[in-house]
Amino acid sequence: MLELRRLNAGYGRAQVLFDFELALGAGEVVALLGRNGAGKSTALKTVMGLLQAVSGEVRFENKSIKNLPSYQIARHGLGYVPEERRIFADLTIAENLEVGRRPPRDGAPHWTPEKLFDLFPNLGRMQARRGGHMSGGEQQMLAIARTLMGNPSAILLDEPFEGLAPLIVESVAATIRELKREGLSVLLCEQNLRYARLVADRVCIIEKGRLCHAGSMSELDTNPSLLQRYLSV
Amino acid sequence: MSSSSVLIQFLNGLAGASSLFMVAAGLSLIFGVTRVVNFAHGSLYMLGMYLAVWLAERVGFWAAVPLAAVAVGVIGALAEISVLRRIYKAPELLQLLATFALLLLIKDFALWAWGPEDMLGPRAPGFTGAVEIAGGAFPQYDLLLIILGPVVLGFLYLVLKKTRWGILVRAATEDREMAGALGVNQRWLFTGVFALGALLAGLGGALQIPREPASLNIDLSVISDAFVVVVIGGLGSIPGAFLAALLIAEAKAFCIGLGYSQATLVIEFVIMAAVLVVRPWGLLGRMPVLARPGTAEPPFARPSLRLRWTLAIVAAALALLPVVSGGYTLVLLTDMLIFALFAASLHFIMGPGGMYSFGHAAYFGLGAYAAGMLVLREKFPMELALALAPFAAGFAALVFGWFCVRLSGVYSAMLTLAFAQIAWSAVFQWDALTGGSNGMVGVWPAPWLSSKPAYYFLTLLVCASGIIFLWRMIYSPFGHALRAARDSPLRAEASGIDVRATQWEAFAIAGLAAGVAGALYAFSKGSISPEALGIQRSVDGLVMVMLGGIQTLSGPVWGAALFTWLQDAAARNVDYWRAATGIVILALVLVLPRGVGSLLQARQ
Ligand SMILES: Nc1ncnc2c1ncn2[C@@H]1O[C@H](COP(=O)(O)OP(=O)(O)OP(=O)(O)O)[C@@H](O)[C@H]1O
Ligand SMILES: [Mg+2]
Repeated sequence: MLELRRLNAGYGRAQVLFDFELALGAGEVVALLGRNGAGKSTALKTVMGLLQAVSGEVRFENKSIKNLPSYQIARHGLGYVPEERRIFADLTIAENLEVGRRPPRDGAPHWTPEKLFDLFPNLGRMQARRGGHMSGGEQQMLAIARTLMGNPSAILLDEPFEGLAPLIVESVAATIRELKREGLSVLLCEQNLRYARLVADRVCIIEKGRLCHAGSMSELDTNPSLLQRYLSV
Repeated sequence: MSSSSVLIQFLNGLAGASSLFMVAAGLSLIFGVTRVVNFAHGSLYMLGMYLAVWLAERVGFWAAVPLAAVAVGVIGALAEISVLRRIYKAPELLQLLATFALLLLIKDFALWAWGPEDMLGPRAPGFTGAVEIAGGAFPQYDLLLIILGPVVLGFLYLVLKKTRWGILVRAATEDREMAGALGVNQRWLFTGVFALGALLAGLGGALQIPREPASLNIDLSVISDAFVVVVIGGLGSIPGAFLAALLIAEAKAFCIGLGYSQATLVIEFVIMAAVLVVRPWGLLGRMPVLARPGTAEPPFARPSLRLRWTLAIVAAALALLPVVSGGYTLVLLTDMLIFALFAASLHFIMGPGGMYSFGHAAYFGLGAYAAGMLVLREKFPMELALALAPFAAGFAALVFGWFCVRLSGVYSAMLTLAFAQIAWSAVFQWDALTGGSNGMVGVWPAPWLSSKPAYYFLTLLVCASGIIFLWRMIYSPFGHALRAARDSPLRAEASGIDVRATQWEAFAIAGLAAGVAGALYAFSKGSISPEALGIQRSVDGLVMVMLGGIQTLSGPVWGAALFTWLQDAAARNVDYWRAATGIVILALVLVLPRGVGSLLQARQ
């Protein structure tokens, strides 16, 4: 589905990713784990074309999307929910969804505002509210919903649980599991193993811009030395 | 004033506000999405006027107005596709320069297509009469304009709120990168916004033809008015533009109504000052989101030994030159020296200061006029006039600078142009003091300086000292503070630098130096005309600095010499000098953004 090979990227002269590798299979939920500043967000931004890759390859559904303009990457069916959520604060909830709307795509679930309001009943109740006047949890849901309006076949979620109350964490996790049932592939960045455990089938661990472990969730549980080496648990 | 004439003045103000609002709204809309301030927006308005007059003779007034507006919209779209699209990621300065170049190109296009004479438009069929309002006669057409302003405002509101396109425009205004990541193709969005903004400017111009003739000077007077309006209303806010256009137009109408038409120039200042003190981002504006991450420019290298020797040898050669060369070369060299100082003063603001001055000729011209007035009206000896005149320019720089250092980036760029335009119209209109469009003649140097070589030596001495003084300033603690303020204002403040005061002082110093150049220029020519502070002179200065490269110390000197020589060699043979400069600027921006000097550096 999505494959990163020997990817090198960064900000100007400051290289962040070094020969980074990652694979996301169809219908899979993969957690990209790593400490603060490990390069998780940088990896997602490079995939989305928001940062230029210096070398390496990014393939999505067997086509190279490396360094395409980000709107084209989105139109290929890759959705992106950034860490800062980046809700359009001046726009209402309904308008935020409208920005994300794209025509239906073959092989991916088709979303409408009505379907999304079923998934996120909160949003349905305040469609006319401005994005700037929402709580963090509501913004996170809106950010996911807005990306789904593009009918993606895979989505990249950057720390979706950050700063959310425990109850909201559970409901976002339920949503992600629901998306998986709909057939979406999900790549999510996370620092917190506990949150990753809620949804992920597999984990990849990134350390200083390099991939240093990839395996199933259960393997991680049976091998605590990995945790100690790469994650601050 | 009776109550009925108050009402008539009020209505006059409303009628004047409509067209102003349309230009300003277009400007705001374009800036909101593309973050480019379109200096050529007044030119699009002017184009709308000319096209409407030209079309009205062929298809009649009512068809001409919408056709002209649409044509200007198309022209705007073409300009976006061919030029602006390439520079959205370029530094702000280059973007401003590129739209500036468009302004020059459009002006010469209008000159070529319609000639230098003003073109009177037809009256609007069906709206030629007057209605009686409170005992006075008020033109029907002005009533129509009064209605059209709010109609356009409502139309824009609907487009932005109710259409998908409008929603995307608002989303991109807030966060264009995120809009892109959601699949929004910004290219066409930007082109569309530019076309709509241009169409509004064209419509504003076309609607104006029954009230005033199309003329080649309208572009600058409109753009400077529009700049003042968006600064007052808040850049990016369309209701703000409406409010501010009303405010300005009303204030002007009442000044004229009360018989103080000269005060119209000042009133804009006063309103703007009042608004900026209370609301620095305009009535309905918002604090701008942090500009693009500052790319700290490399500090100027200290002049290398080689450069010092080169300059010393050049200076010595210049000093010996009168021995071997004749009058014509000396005149040309005198010009080069004067413009080298002028360019160095502009570079002082833009390079180390990191500020903009799109109207630097104002200080040059005020220095020249002050010198002329001191000699001719006050009968001062020439030496004293030459020494005092620059202070007039320095004083103006203090006043204008007070505003400019309070605003960031594009805001202050717009203000510098508006101020220069205001200074130009003041000089142009104030016949009794300045000689108006004829200027002043008989501004000659003292007898002992009247020979060409003598005046050349004086110029060499003064300009070289001036340039060296500016260079030394750059390496003084003041210069370090100035650069710190440019690279990181917050950090500079934290380390105890008063950023505003430092920048204000730099403005005044640069104004003073430009004034010196202007005064020298006046005495070298023996006459002064309003062109001395016209926009063309400001453009010349910018091109000189660009040619030399902003981030080099000696760049402005070489740039000025090269440009003056080129102008001397080519201007007599090129009919459309302005357009030629515009093309040079575009070429520099698109191909050689770091100046000609960078070519040499790249070789090394
Ligand atoms: N805009 C930027 N310019 C320069 N360097 C950056 C920028 N953003 C991030 N970095 C650097 O890149 C490295 C990786 O950052 P990144 O945001 O990818 O980390 P992360 O794994 O997402 O961390 P976090 O868990 O804090 O979100 C860090 O060292 C960071 O300092
Ligand atoms: Mg991150």
